[in-house]
Amino acid sequence: MTELTATGLSVNVDNVALLSGATLSLGSGELVAILGPNGAGKTTLLRALLGLTPMVSGKSVVDGENIADLSPMQRARRISYLPQQRPLAWPNSVRDVVSLGRFAHGAALGRLGNVDAHAVDDAIEACNLVALANRRTDNLSGGELARVHFARALAAQTPLLVADEPVAALDPRHQLSISDLIRRYVDGGGGALVVLHEVSLAARFADRLLWMRDGRIVADGSPKDTLTAERMRDIYGVDARVELDNEGFDVRIKSAL
Amino acid sequence: MTASRLTFFLVVASIIALAAAATLGSTPMEFSRVVAAIFGRSSAGDMIVVWEIRLPRALAAFVVGAALGASGAALQGLLRNPLAEPGVLGVTATASLAATFTLYYGVASTWPYTLPVSSIAGALAATALLAAAAMRIQSVVTLILLGVGLSSFAAAAMSLLLNLAPNPFSLSDMINWLLGSVANRSFEDLKITAPFIAAGIAILYLSRRGLSALTLGEEAASGVGLNLRRQRIAVVLGAGLATGAAVALAGAIGFVGIVAPHIVRPFVNHDPARSLVPSALLAGLILVVADIGVRLLPTNAELKLGVVAALIGAPAFVWIAIQRRAIHD
Repeated sequence: MTELTATGLSVNVDNVALLSGATLSLGSGELVAILGPNGAGKTTLLRALLGLTPMVSGKSVVDGENIADLSPMQRARRISYLPQQRPLAWPNSVRDVVSLGRFAHGAALGRLGNVDAHAVDDAIEACNLVALANRRTDNLSGGELARVHFARALAAQTPLLVADEPVAALDPRHQLSISDLIRRYVDGGGGALVVLHEVSLAARFADRLLWMRDGRIVADGSPKDTLTAERMRDIYGVDARVELDNEGFDVRIKSAL
Repeated sequence: MTASRLTFFLVVASIIALAAAATLGSTPMEFSRVVAAIFGRSSAGDMIVVWEIRLPRALAAFVVGAALGASGAALQGLLRNPLAEPGVLGVTATASLAATFTLYYGVASTWPYTLPVSSIAGALAATALLAAAAMRIQSVVTLILLGVGLSSFAAAAMSLLLNLAPNPFSLSDMINWLLGSVANRSFEDLKITAPFIAAGIAILYLSRRGLSALTLGEEAASGVGLNLRRQRIAVVLGAGLATGAAVALAGAIGFVGIVAPHIVRPFVNHDPARSLVPSALLAGLILVVADIGVRLLPTNAELKLGVVAALIGAPAFVWIAIQRRAIHD
């Protein structure tokens, strides 16, 4: 059981508060989705949580250890981080990119040890990339590339995963396949904190929703407790109809307010 | 061909090229005489030709190439751009400018380390400036433009020094720096500069794993556990030491740091870490061969190595730039 707890995270840039007093927890077997409009501070929250950005106050603790005191490698062995996707600099092979997930375990490309090679193979298989393993990443589709990045995060075999918009710019089928992969990781005992823009997708896959606006976490709870038409108005400024039936939540956005 | 086989092939080719460089020249010498001279069992004349003229010159070309090749590969990994190179980024020009200063004021001859140390200081200043800018500037294109600016400024300052040269001797000294050459280098020169080059390459070699991680971009690289600050410092220090010392030994020789890694990359799965050593070897090999060519070409005045490198390298730079499918930023 691994637990990440953050208390009172606050980040200022040029005297503007990007994040104020964010407090949250993430445990094993839990999928938490962060929802909020653009500029709500979602990415800043993730970066603060991981100690990647200077904070005015607050601390985040993983298994009793302050993240600020961990070296980047120590942190990376506890939490995988999947930032918003940036193009890869070189046309590496799929296997090499996935192998970079083993960086914190000391793996060097082309000379993987047994344990590392095993973890990489497992991740490639879990993400359905076996057929693509030796392909160059510069001629993959967006959906395939998203799976490669996710496999890279899986290969690290960390107890926790933090992902920033892992399904952005993907078609519905690929959104579902990535969400499935995250769900499987969590059902296998991992804990995941994921920024999403698709509210219905989040409601379907997440155990808890974390609602953000103007640098603050305004609500934190199960989809049932927190996903309402009022919330949609309050957070996104849209008029939406929210219905719960046997197949889950149906969120229909009618108009912008 | 895998990375290790490529490395083996390049080592063999480099040894052959160095042997050829010791054999070929204006005084015809059979290979057996060269071998005898290398092992000290030959006439005094042969010994001088091999040990004091050809070998140090060939080794200087190799060492300078290795320094520039490794620096180029490392800077390309750090900045995630195949066009990054000590020459293009203005590191070579800044180092030459610093070296030219010592020639201008005639202090280069007072202490054998004056010129190397100032040249290394110039290179370190330039690489540090670039790395600091890289932290604030996300666009690699902007960064390369910064290098172009740095280069232009160093060239302008150098023109000023040439303009104000106190006497024809320092003027010709300085022009030699601008052109770049390994002619008349001695083992003494190598002894002074090679340790800095070795230290620089060693630093780059030890930090090479981080270059692979940077393939993912800086954010994801720190996500997988890379200490970005330390990585930047290592590359700045390594490339600065190696390039600065290379400039001290041979003056400004451009583009070899772009061309060699570009040729190597497809053989090493485009991994910047695995391209480091082969790039150093190939760049060394290229300069040794180019220097043999420079010596054998029947021109009135001997061609300068830096001139030839630029004549071949600049079109190659343009070619690589045009070939890029997309600019990632």
